[in-house]
Amino acid sequence: MTTDEIRANVLRLLCTIAPEVNPATIQPDVSFRDQLDIDSMDFLNFLVAVDHELHVDIPEGDYAQLSTLNDCVAYIARHLAARSA
Amino acid sequence: MPILGSDMTAGTLLAWRKQPGDTVRRGDVIAEVETDKADIEVESFQSGVLEQILVQPGEKVPVGTPLAILREEGAPAGAPSAPAAPPSKTTPAPSPAPTAVAPPAPAPAVGPPAASPPRAAGPARVTPVARKLAADLGVDLATVVGSGPGGRIQERDIRDAAAARVTPPPTPPPAVAVPADRQARMRQAIAAAMARSSREIPHFHLASTIDLSRALAWLADENARRGVADRLLYGVLLLKAVARAVRAVPELNGVWGDGAVVPNPDVHVGVAISLRGGGLVAPALHQTDTLSLDELMRQFRDLVQRARAGSLRSSELADPTITVTSLGDQGVEQVLGLIYPPQVALVGFGKVVERPWVVEGQVVPRSVIVASLAADHRVVDGHRGSVFLTTLDRLLQEPGAL
Repeated sequence: MTTDEIRANVLRLLCTIAPEVNPATIQPDVSFRDQLDIDSMDFLNFLVAVDHELHVDIPEGDYAQLSTLNDCVAYIARHLAARSA
Repeated sequence: MPILGSDMTAGTLLAWRKQPGDTVRRGDVIAEVETDKADIEVESFQSGVLEQILVQPGEKVPVGTPLAILREEGAPAGAPSAPAAPPSKTTPAPSPAPTAVAPPAPAPAVGPPAASPPRAAGPARVTPVARKLAADLGVDLATVVGSGPGGRIQERDIRDAAAARVTPPPTPPPAVAVPADRQARMRQAIAAAMARSSREIPHFHLASTIDLSRALAWLADENARRGVADRLLYGVLLLKAVARAVRAVPELNGVWGDGAVVPNPDVHVGVAISLRGGGLVAPALHQTDTLSLDELMRQFRDLVQRARAGSLRSSELADPTITVTSLGDQGVEQVLGLIYPPQVALVGFGKVVERPWVVEGQVVPRSVIVASLAADHRVVDGHRGSVFLTTLDRLLQEPGAL
C-alpha cells in the first residue's frame, strides 16, 4: 500500500468516525484533537477501524505517535513495511 | 406517551413495531417516538397481547396519553385490564418510570389519526431502526429514498439500499450528524431543563483532586494484554467508581419528587454524550455498579454509538438515577455542572493532568484528575457530598477491585 493510499484510507476512516469532518480541511501536521471534534471513544473506534481494515494493531503505548494525520500515515506505513520486509 | 426526561411534554408517534394481536414481552420495543432531543425506541414495561392501537403514526400527543391497549396474558380478547387515566395535561411526575403501553381507556384518548405526517423541510426523516441499520450496514442516508409516511426512511429502504450496493460496508458504524431542525429543538429542550435546574435546585458544588496514577498504570497493564477492540477507556473506571461510591451515599442516587428525594435501589448512571453538530443526551447504563469493567465498556461503547446514531431506547432516557459528565477530552480541568432534574446529583470529571504531588514527604509527578459533585442541598449537605468524593477517591486507588 502506498503512502497516498494509506492517507486516503486514514481520511476515509476518520470521516466514518466523525462524518462532519471535511477531509480537505484537515491540516496534516496539526493534532486531531486540536482540529476535530473527537473524543476518547471516537479515537478508540478509529484505532479499531485501522486494525480491522489496515490490519495494524496499535499498542496503547504508541497512541501518542498518532496525534496528527502525517504521524498516523507514517506510523502505519512503517508497520506495513516492516511486516512485508 | 412515556416521559423521557423532565423536559419532555409531548412526543410524536413515528411507527409501530408491533401490531394488534402480537405478543409483547416486557422490554420489547413496540413503537418509535420522536421527541425534541431524539427519536426513541419505546419499550413495553408489561407483557401481554397488543389489543388496540390508540395513537397513529404522525400524531403528536402529550406525555401520559395512552398509546395502545395491552391485554394481559391469558385474558380473553376484548377484556383488557383496568381503564387508563386520562392523558396528563400537566408536567408529569418524574418517577417511577412510565409504562410505554398504558392500560385501556374507555374511549380513545386522542383524536382521529392524522392522514399522514407532513414531511419536514430539510434532511430526510429516518426511523431509529433505519438509522441504526444504516449505521450498521454503512449505508449513506443521503442516498436513500424513503418509502414511509412523508418520505420517512424505513428499515426496508435501508436493506434495499444495502442490497443494491456493490462496495463492502465500512467499519465501524458511522455516527450521524443531528439535523438542523432537531438541533434547534434539542437546544430548546436543554434550555428548559437547565433553566428549571437552576431555578428549582439549590446546588452546591464540591471538588476533589484525585491521584489517578495507580488506576492508569493498572489500565496500561490491562490494555497491553488486549487487542485494540477489547481495550478499556479510563472513563469506564470512573463510571464504575461513581456507581459504587454512590452506594455509600444512596440519597444522591434518585430523584426529587413530592418534597423529598426518592432514592433508587438500583444505580443507573446516566452518561452525558455530546452529539455530532451540537447538543447532548444522557442515557442510562443500567445497573452500572453490577457490571464488570469489560461489560461496562461494551455497553458504554454501544450506548455512545447508538446515541450518535439516533437509536436510544425509552428506558435509557427515563431511568438515569445520577449523571456523570466528563469534559476532559476537551481540555477542561474542572466541571461545575447543573443537575439534570429530577435527579439530585451530577458528577463531573476534568482532564487527566500531570502535577507535582507529595508522596511520603517527596514531591513526585502524578497523573491527577479533578472530580466534582453538584448536589441538591434539599437532599444532602456538604458532609455527605464529601463522603461521596472521598469514597470515589478510595475506590480509584484500587482499580483491580472495581
